[in-house]
Amino acid sequence: MPTDDVPAAQRRAITSNALGIGIASGAYAISYGAISIASGLDFWQTQLLSLLMFTGASQFALVGVLGAGGGAVAAVLTALLLGARNGIYAVSMAPRLNVTGLRRLAAAELTIDESTAMALANEQPVRASRYAFWATGVSVYVLWNLGTLLGALGATAIGNPQSLGLDAAIPAAFIALLWPRLVDRSMWALALASGTVALLLTPVLRPGLPVLAAGIVALIAAALMERR
Amino acid sequence: MMWLAVLAGSFGCYAEKLLGFFLPHSVLDNQRIRRIFGLLPVALLAALVAVQTFAVGQTLVIDARVAGVAVAIVALILRAPFLVVVIAAAVTAALLRVLGWAA
Repeated sequence: MPTDDVPAAQRRAITSNALGIGIASGAYAISYGAISIASGLDFWQTQLLSLLMFTGASQFALVGVLGAGGGAVAAVLTALLLGARNGIYAVSMAPRLNVTGLRRLAAAELTIDESTAMALANEQPVRASRYAFWATGVSVYVLWNLGTLLGALGATAIGNPQSLGLDAAIPAAFIALLWPRLVDRSMWALALASGTVALLLTPVLRPGLPVLAAGIVALIAAALMERR
Repeated sequence: MMWLAVLAGSFGCYAEKLLGFFLPHSVLDNQRIRRIFGLLPVALLAALVAVQTFAVGQTLVIDARVAGVAVAIVALILRAPFLVVVIAAAVTAALLRVLGWAA
């Protein structure tokens, strides 16, 4: 990556931030690896999701829905709905990165919350923005996969995850992912409405479907916000 | 079934990212699209929290997970890092079970 016209101080700051974000993500990934094993996926399935899917909330959702007996279709749909925001990130990153061929394929894989946020936070010069995207993306990719490996190996070695309270770690992971998004009252209202709808539907729908129904709650909320 | 979900989910989530590189930038001008894509994660994550805290299959129960999630919320209010939040929840639930105070 040509980074020659990025001021040295800015480049250092970006590199150290990218590493810090990577290390924090690696810690998330340890819990993801353990939770995935506890949900009934094997080591390779757990690791491949980090290598290929590489988008945390969707990975947690996929293994969570599968572990709760929701079936493959509901699990995949939930992961796709959660991952859809990456597509929007990609639209805003595309002109900035200006990549083609193999680089575009790699950039797509690395388009996640963290790399996008860092690219947007270092808008000028555009080379700094690119460097921030790639440095953060690669750092998170490597440490996310390393964390997954540790978590999955650890949970495999331990055996009975229920006794360790890993079933409580699953909703804790989801609420930790949700927390930073609860930025105002309308987000709290949407979260409470979605949780309530999912619980009300749990006795009447197959596992996995109540969570997808929350997607409809989001559509209704968007329509209501438009009217205001 | 697990492998089907892993491979289809991985392919789909990658396709979503790649598709964005081929869409016109004007997609972002559409307020409605931006709003829906911003709201979806909140709604789905909240539903996942609710279901994973209270559901066992199609039954709603109150067990050690509720205490685990309560401790996780306290940890989040105290700005604890992700791993601490998750471990605090797991340890709480495990302790309650060891002590025989919750199922």
